[in-house]
Amino acid sequence: MASRYIANTPDEQKRMLGAIGSGSIEDLLVKIPPKARLARPLGLTPALAETDLIRHMTALAARNAHADSHVSFLGAGSYDHYIPSPINHLILRGEFFTAYTPYQPEASQGTLRSIYEYQTMIAELTGMDVANASIYDGASSLAEAALMAHSVTDRREIVLSRAVHPLYKRVTATYCEGPGVRLRDVPAPEGVTDLAAARQVVNATTAALVVQTPNFYGCLEDVAAAAEIAHAAGALLVVVADPVNLGVLEGPGKLGADIVVGEGQGLGVPLDFGGPNLGVFAAKNELVRRMPGRLVGATVDHDGKRGFVLTLQTREQHIRRAKATSNICTNVALCALMATIYLATLGRRGLVKVGELSTAKAHYAASRLTKVPGVSLRFTAPFFKEFALKLPKAPERVLPRLARQGFLAGVPLKTFDRALADCLLVAVTEKRTKAEIDAFAAALEKAVA
Amino acid sequence: MADAYDKLIFELSSPGRVGWSLPEADVPEADVHKLLPAKHLRRDAPDLPEVSEFDVVRHYSRLSRMNYGVDTHFYPLGSCTMKYNPKLNEDVARLAGFAKVHPLAPEASAQGALQLMHELAWDLAEIAGMDAVSLQPAAGAQGELAGVLMIRAYHHSRGEKRTKVLVPDSAHGTNPASTAIAGYEVVEVKSLPNGEVDVDALARTLDTDVAAFMITVPNTLGMFEPRIIEITELCHAKGVQVYMDGANLNAILGITRPGDLGFDVCHFNLHKTFTTPHGGGGPGAGPVGVKAHLEPFLPVPVVTKDGDEYALDWKRPRSIGKLQAFWGNFGMLVRAYTYIRTMGPDGLRSVSDNAILNANYIMKRLERDYDVAVPGPCMHECVLSARRQKRLGVTATDIAKRLLDLGFYAPSTYFPLIVEEALMIEPTETEAKETLDAFCDAMIQIAREAETNAAVIHDAPVTTPVRRLDQTKAAREPNLKWTRRG
Repeated sequence: MASRYIANTPDEQKRMLGAIGSGSIEDLLVKIPPKARLARPLGLTPALAETDLIRHMTALAARNAHADSHVSFLGAGSYDHYIPSPINHLILRGEFFTAYTPYQPEASQGTLRSIYEYQTMIAELTGMDVANASIYDGASSLAEAALMAHSVTDRREIVLSRAVHPLYKRVTATYCEGPGVRLRDVPAPEGVTDLAAARQVVNATTAALVVQTPNFYGCLEDVAAAAEIAHAAGALLVVVADPVNLGVLEGPGKLGADIVVGEGQGLGVPLDFGGPNLGVFAAKNELVRRMPGRLVGATVDHDGKRGFVLTLQTREQHIRRAKATSNICTNVALCALMATIYLATLGRRGLVKVGELSTAKAHYAASRLTKVPGVSLRFTAPFFKEFALKLPKAPERVLPRLARQGFLAGVPLKTFDRALADCLLVAVTEKRTKAEIDAFAAALEKAVA
Repeated sequence: MADAYDKLIFELSSPGRVGWSLPEADVPEADVHKLLPAKHLRRDAPDLPEVSEFDVVRHYSRLSRMNYGVDTHFYPLGSCTMKYNPKLNEDVARLAGFAKVHPLAPEASAQGALQLMHELAWDLAEIAGMDAVSLQPAAGAQGELAGVLMIRAYHHSRGEKRTKVLVPDSAHGTNPASTAIAGYEVVEVKSLPNGEVDVDALARTLDTDVAAFMITVPNTLGMFEPRIIEITELCHAKGVQVYMDGANLNAILGITRPGDLGFDVCHFNLHKTFTTPHGGGGPGAGPVGVKAHLEPFLPVPVVTKDGDEYALDWKRPRSIGKLQAFWGNFGMLVRAYTYIRTMGPDGLRSVSDNAILNANYIMKRLERDYDVAVPGPCMHECVLSARRQKRLGVTATDIAKRLLDLGFYAPSTYFPLIVEEALMIEPTETEAKETLDAFCDAMIQIAREAETNAAVIHDAPVTTPVRRLDQTKAAREPNLKWTRRG
């Protein structure tokens, strides 16, 4: 049966083959040796009609709990924030959606302008001089930052706080394997980086010190003190930060960060079971020629009119090949566009409001949940929108019961740190209501009783 | 001039305008200054624009009109497979049960998502003749990195310290770049003038120091590598792993399979062959397939099936680790899965048949007016050289710019590097004959103009929102963000 995604009819095929001078499509495959040919059809499910396929996909989707079916307190690097309606409508415009990397700038000014806006907004939020057009996700951004710090300082060791997201650390370790860059830990026994220990570990072999704020446990780090420790040893300070929080929290660049990376999913990008996400990457001016990824710059056209192009491309793989600053080519331009439209929509006051509401509701949730007998905050350090909650009962026994009652109660910390086997990481965004939090507290009280 | 619009969102800002709607706080304490220490807080609100919702909608709608996309223009960008992106995929990907699922939701509450991933991995394995597939890599380049790291881990597990990876001079730039990050010395292998592997030269280069040979099939000149089976056998005889860059997979669906050709690893670009949108430069997805001997090294976690239950398996001690924080670009996986189920095995075969037919038709129609890099038949794309036009003072760039004025996006230019003034044209199977004819007519018109009226080519483009841009100024005086003047 003909496919609706292929235009050629048998008659048109025949006419085209006639023009080519071939008898059949098979004649065009002469260069493929016969023994290389697949002698049977692919063993795949037969084609489904649109109506049947929608039924199948809807059934698959129905087997997943999601942010509309449950009240979600899940975070740990992926957050259920408000997504203004225009974002989805605008990104679906085919001129954005079905274009590619703007290799022909004259026919790609829409994409290039939006990336230039994105770079401006991210630089402003992070307090840095320059931001790139995006990396895959927060974790791979951190990995790229580690490699960049290694190449800038010519040192082979990256010191990471144990309060940096453990999955980010695993990704960084993967990227550092080939170049032989070693990773060292700094403990965070009280939920924040032990800076005295950091001072001991950071030395003349350290390429970068990495802290995250708010960190994996939701607690705020002393970035200025970390910067002082890194810089005293001639190392760079890399800060992992979530830009959606930076309407309220100080930009890490203002506190001494040399590179700021982070997960931008909170800026209007759907949860999508963890991807695609948005890797944010920003740095100081003097590092710009060592940055990974695309950069868009303003210039002028033949008539002196303002225009935008991909620039400083001699850093990149299609020019520098094995000597490129990174192997990245396709990034997550469309997610960066979502973030740009998000930040334009929320603007100066809306982003502040998102941060204020998230903080307020998270703090209310912490005080309300710790009124449940046996439940307490695991750490005492100031937190932002997420906190580790210590339960009197094993979280794996509590969570299924709460899920049945409609609550995705939090991320159990056992898989990340055995010492926190009795803890749940609870995230509260501006979307949660007091009524939901109260109901969650009531359900938790019954579940741990 | 298509549209004289020249605003940035910052230039529309008017203090006090809002584009958002959020509720007032419903909890007792809402003042962050009372909840958090001052040293963590921003002193001034960030300098973001203040615009209405409609300002946002009109601004980005107008920006979009400054782009060419597949939906609006023929986009023959070689090696990128700019095919139609089905609308159904978008409807499905937006079901709340996919788009609003948290990556750390309990596995028992994400069975549909895990099932989809498990089935997609098997489908891709069947398409490529591989034994296992990881869906985690975020794009082709990350798939390459994962693949080369698995090869490295494999050699290490056998106590071998091989240090070099061979890459042809016709390869995509990501191949040497990914290989270098994986810690290997990259050795460039010269291709024959027709773009094929020089098998004798390769045989001389293969030794116990070589970890892998990385090639693109069909090659970047759009030709199937006729001695490929001999090449993979030659490599294996020396203990060398063979990696296939899957960028050109659109040419071989159901026709031949990398695994059957002897490849140990290959990656897939779901945003090319499997219709997930290119989005102006991503997100893509770059799953990587391997033969059984490399399976222990796959990135963690791996989606497993036990009875009717799906799970994430983290207990894989020989894994190369993780490539992104979570499980892969799931949103893209949903679209690719939907596409594969839409097409079925016969449909996918027909994709490659028609992609090949379309490319050969273009090649035939243009062979009199442009030099063909390698005589056909070609696979899914053809590479022309503008060397004849260059003698008249018209370069591949000039031709690309003139095409923009004639209503087409441009082919890839100056790639592969081994072809002088290269124009790499990939029409894909989704384009109709009349579009191909219109494009060929435009190319022939440009060839005539090069002989008689080169000025019109050198002036191009004149119909786009801006004319040719000053790249040198952009690089010499980097202006990478907007600043408030005065």
